[in-house]
Parts: sequence; structure tokens; C-alpha cells
Amino acid sequence: MRFSDAFEARFTEMLTHYPTKRSVLVPTLLFAQDEVGYVSEDVIAELATRLELTTLDVRNVMSYYSMLVTKPRGKYNVQVCTNIACTLKGGDELLSHCAKRLGIGHKGTTADGQFSLEEVECIGACSWAPAIQVNYDFHENLDVPKMDAVLDGYAKK
Amino acid sequence: MADLVSHPDEVKVVSRRFGLGAANLDRYLELDGYKAVQKALAMQSADIIEEVKKSNLRGRGGAGFPTGLKWSFVPKESAKPKYVLCNGDESEPGTCKDRLIFEHDPHAVIEGAVIAGLAVGARKAYIYVRGEYRYLSLIMQKAIADAYGRGFLGKNIFGSGIDFDVFWHGGAGAYEVGEESALMESLEGKRGIPRIRPPFPAVVGLWGGPTVINNVETLASVPHIMLGGGEWFANLGTPRNGGTRLFCLSGHMNRCGVYELPLGYNLKKMIYEVGGGITGGRSLKAVVPGGSSTPLFRADEIDVAMDFDSVAKAGSMLGSGGVTAIDDQTCMVKFALRIIKFYQHESCGWCIPCREGTDWIKKSLTRFHAGGGLRKDIDDVKYLAQNMLGRTFCPLGDAAAMPIISIVDKFRDEFEAHLEGRPCPHAKEGDAANALLPMLAH
Ligand SMILES: Cc1cc2nc3c(=O)[nH]c(=O)nc-3n(C[C@H](O)[C@H](O)[C@H](O)COP(=O)(O)O)c2cc1C
Ligand code: FES
Repeated sequence: MRFSDAFEARFTEMLTHYPTKRSVLVPTLLFAQDEVGYVSEDVIAELATRLELTTLDVRNVMSYYSMLVTKPRGKYNVQVCTNIACTLKGGDELLSHCAKRLGIGHKGTTADGQFSLEEVECIGACSWAPAIQVNYDFHENLDVPKMDAVLDGYAKK
Repeated sequence: MADLVSHPDEVKVVSRRFGLGAANLDRYLELDGYKAVQKALAMQSADIIEEVKKSNLRGRGGAGFPTGLKWSFVPKESAKPKYVLCNGDESEPGTCKDRLIFEHDPHAVIEGAVIAGLAVGARKAYIYVRGEYRYLSLIMQKAIADAYGRGFLGKNIFGSGIDFDVFWHGGAGAYEVGEESALMESLEGKRGIPRIRPPFPAVVGLWGGPTVINNVETLASVPHIMLGGGEWFANLGTPRNGGTRLFCLSGHMNRCGVYELPLGYNLKKMIYEVGGGITGGRSLKAVVPGGSSTPLFRADEIDVAMDFDSVAKAGSMLGSGGVTAIDDQTCMVKFALRIIKFYQHESCGWCIPCREGTDWIKKSLTRFHAGGGLRKDIDDVKYLAQNMLGRTFCPLGDAAAMPIISIVDKFRDEFEAHLEGRPCPHAKEGDAANALLPMLAH
């Protein structure tokens, strides 16, 4: 499998940080997912070989972490927080607005593959609620019109 | 990224460099950066621990354990390497402060971790950053690389003859990984399943070596204690509760934001003066005082000094510093449901009381809020929660149970108002029962 040079450089360096190889597994799965779009069978096999683990072991670890997925999703993953601070400030309305506008539900992906939608737990933006993340970018202090502007921005990208 | 706020009552210690560009190493040096670690290098390790003990610094991650005491549990001699592990998994709902520290003062976290290492005889530290915080992990990685570049980390730091390494590490989405033993599992490349204690991490931690685990804010406080002195820091707070802390104000307040206030600051004042009171001219119904796992206060119970001991005496916990205000238009049954839905989702499933208890309460409250509740469900929910308390493998079960018990106790009338198929009195059009039932599918 080929990953980017940046991935390989980081991987090689990280291996020197720990007494055991498998310690790099969790962050590496996420970086691999960022490149491939999801944790594919190839990624699992590749990391298992590199870290001297069984594929079952890698799968077992992977399935624990909510950010790791085994199927492709949209180019922009819209993650709407509805936890306590956000729900008090309209997070649920944002979620249902996105669902309506994109025509998809929780963990759904639009037919053109542009957007996915996910209801997520607290993302650490409680004082700036309601908040969302699109991929890794935060958008905070939202309301429905601002949400539309955010989505318009990504749709044009 | 996130907006900074300020209030005249703030005492800026940990947030002193916020907004001043201190993620840049030269700027950090202009602002007294890396002086504390040099001071610590000239001290005996026992004296560092003594100074931190004197400061009455208590863990900012949730439990409030005295930091100096924790450090003193690490054995002097150890066949296995010792480690420092900085807990930056920040995911207790209502908490968004470590994020600001990572963004605005990453070198303070590095410096705090090195000083902790010098105190306990560790020569390696890991800084764990939750997976969602990608931009912060990049800031942290750059800060670490810059510090190596100047010889502040690596071989022979500051010409002291001591080698010290600091590494960053990243998560991939899991609240439970913030629990200290699950955090170590995750760093070792495994599922975040908690470990049985004892042995405690200070004795048997990462790869079997003694490990000090501290929250980001705890470690970021340490350099200030080294420079200002333990006594100065202790005097900022109340007896046995030293210093200031970052309070994350959220919910129905006019001026939400992260404010640094002395420990012991009055909660009522925090909400009405610092937070600017309740939005829309409505009145306050309840407050979550320290993150979603802490028992709630009713509006008439908030004349409390916000330090660990006073909040405990008032029946809750200072927790992680997340203060969420809830107005009189909020349905507390729905709020309880949202809390338990979170803990059910995050339970690692390892132990039965937590896995089954959270699921059962979630199902009961879902049905209840949708109008299908029976009177006996109210007591059943409380009974289930009470039977999780103290009976789970790690404190996640307690974290789930405590707020639920307090909501049932303090807002029983709201549960009763949902009985006999009556729709939620606070439901807005279109969101009542139908909107909630799909939650069962999650
Ligand atoms: C379920 C659970 C989640 C936790 N999450 C965090 C967290 O995100 N960050 C944190 O610093 N501590 C968290 N803690 C507390 C840690 O277990 C630990 O007490 C803390 O990191 C110790 O650092 P301190 O003494 O500096 O507070 C959590 C505890 C539990 C039970
Ligand atoms: S509750 Fe939504 S970001 Fe914390």
C-alpha cells in the first residue's frame, strides 16, 4: 500500500517514540483513514503487517474508536454536536435542518458523495455552542442561517 | 479559533498568555517561558514535590486529587522506566478549556510535563490529544519540535546533563479513553478498556512502569507554581484548594465563555455577573456545576463557593470545570435522557452494571419522555442508577448515575408531568415523541 510521504515520515518517526510498535496504532489508523477515506481492508492488512499484529487485533482496536469507519463516506463529514451545551442552544434543530437539507440521516451520505452527516457527542466547544465540525474544522455559535452559509461554503469548494 | 472573553473578576494565571501568540517559542520566551523548568532543574526532586504540595494544586481533570501527593506516590527506585502522561482527551460534556491551553500556550504544557518528570524521576512524557482536536495536535507537534530545536528537550536539556523526551500522541474518538487507565491502554495501541486498580498508575502504569497522569490544565499550572511559589498559588484559592481554574460557562447564559476565576468563587455570581445572567430574560432552573457527570443544583442551591470541598459539601462535584446553566423552558426529563444517551454510547461495555445500566435507563427515559412512562418507572430509573454507583469497573458508571439520581430527586414533578400519555410540557412543535423514538436505534 502507498501512503503519502508525510504519512511515512510521521510513521517512521513515531515508531521511535515508544517501547512497543503497536503503540502507534490508534493515531496511525486515523492518519491512514484521512488518506484513504476510510479504514479499508488493505489498510488493516498493511498496518497489521507493519506492526506485527494480526488483522483481527487491528480490527478489534479499530472498532472501539468512534472516529474510525470501515466504509467510505462523503467528502465533507458534517458532525453536529447535540450534547448538553449544544442541545440547550439549538443543536437538535441544526441536526434536523442538516438532515432535511442534505436529505440524509445520522451516518448517511449524499448520493453525490459530497456530504455525510453525523450526530456526535461533545466536541469541546461547549462555551461556543451550538457547534459542529466539518471533517476537522470547527464552526461555532451557529444558528440555522449560519449553518446554511457553512454548508454553502463547502458545497462550492 | 474559539473566541476569548474576559471579566474584571478574573485572575489570569493559566490563561495569562492566551491571545498573546505564545504558541510561538520566541514569544513564549519573552513571556517568562522555560524559566520554571530551569529553576526546577536546579532543585532536588523532593523539593519540587514539596512546592507543589504547598500550592494545594488539585487535579483539574475531574477528581481533584492533590497533585503533589500523587507525585509523591511514585517510587524512587524502579526497574522499569517511569513516565509522565498528560491527559488531553478532554471530552466530558460541558468542558472546553484544555483546548484553549493547547491552542494558546502549548509550551506551558510541555514545561509542566518536564517539571513533573523531574519531580518523579521520569525522563519521558507523552501528551495525549483527542483525535477530534487535529489542529491542536499540529500546534502541539510544532511546539515540541521547536523545543527540541533549541535544546530545551532531548539530550542534556539546558546543559543540565539530563536527557528528557516529550512526545505527542493522538486518539481517535472515545470519551472513556479520558479515564486514566483506559488512556494508558489507548496509548499502548489497544482498546480503551480500563485496568483494575490497585495497582495504581503511579506504581504500575505505562508498559508496567510508574506513571504520573495529569490533566492538561494541572500541568499548565505547574510552571506558574515554580515561578510564583507554592504559597502564592495556594493563597489565590481557598484552604486546601489552591489557585484558579478555567471555568467553561455554557448553556443559557448571556456571556458564555471560558473564564479563569479563583477557586472558591461564588457560583451564583459566576452565573449572574460573569456569565451575564440567563438569556432572553428567562429564569434559571438548574446548573450542572462541573461537567455532565456531576449532580445538578437547583436554582435555589447555587449560593456555593466553587472549590472542590465546598461543592462536595453541597452534594455535587467541582469536576472538570464545565458550568452549564439551564433555563426554566427546559424539560429535565429530556435533559436526563440526553445525558444518559451519552454515557450509554460511551460505555466501553467491559463491565455489566455500566453497560446494561446505562442502556436500560436510556430505554426507560426514551419511552418515558415520549409519553409511555409509568409511575413506577421514576423510581426504577433511580434504583438502576443507584445500583451502578460504586459497582462498576471504572468511574464511568458513577459518572452516568450521579446526574440521573440528582435529576430524579430534584425534578420529580417534571417526571410526573409526563405520566398518563401526556406529551412533554416543554415540547416544541414537531419534536415531541416522534423525534425521540429513533434514538432507540442508536
Ligand atoms: C470516564 C472518565 C473520563 C475522564 N475523562 C477525562 C478527560 O477527558 N481528561 C482528564 O484530564 N481527565 C479525565 N478523567 C479523569 C482521569 O481519570 C484522571 O483522574 C485525570 O486525568 C488525572 O489528572 P488530574 O489529577 O490532573 O486531574 C476521566 C475520568 C473518567 C472516569
Ligand atoms: S456539548 Fe456540544 S461541544 Fe460540548
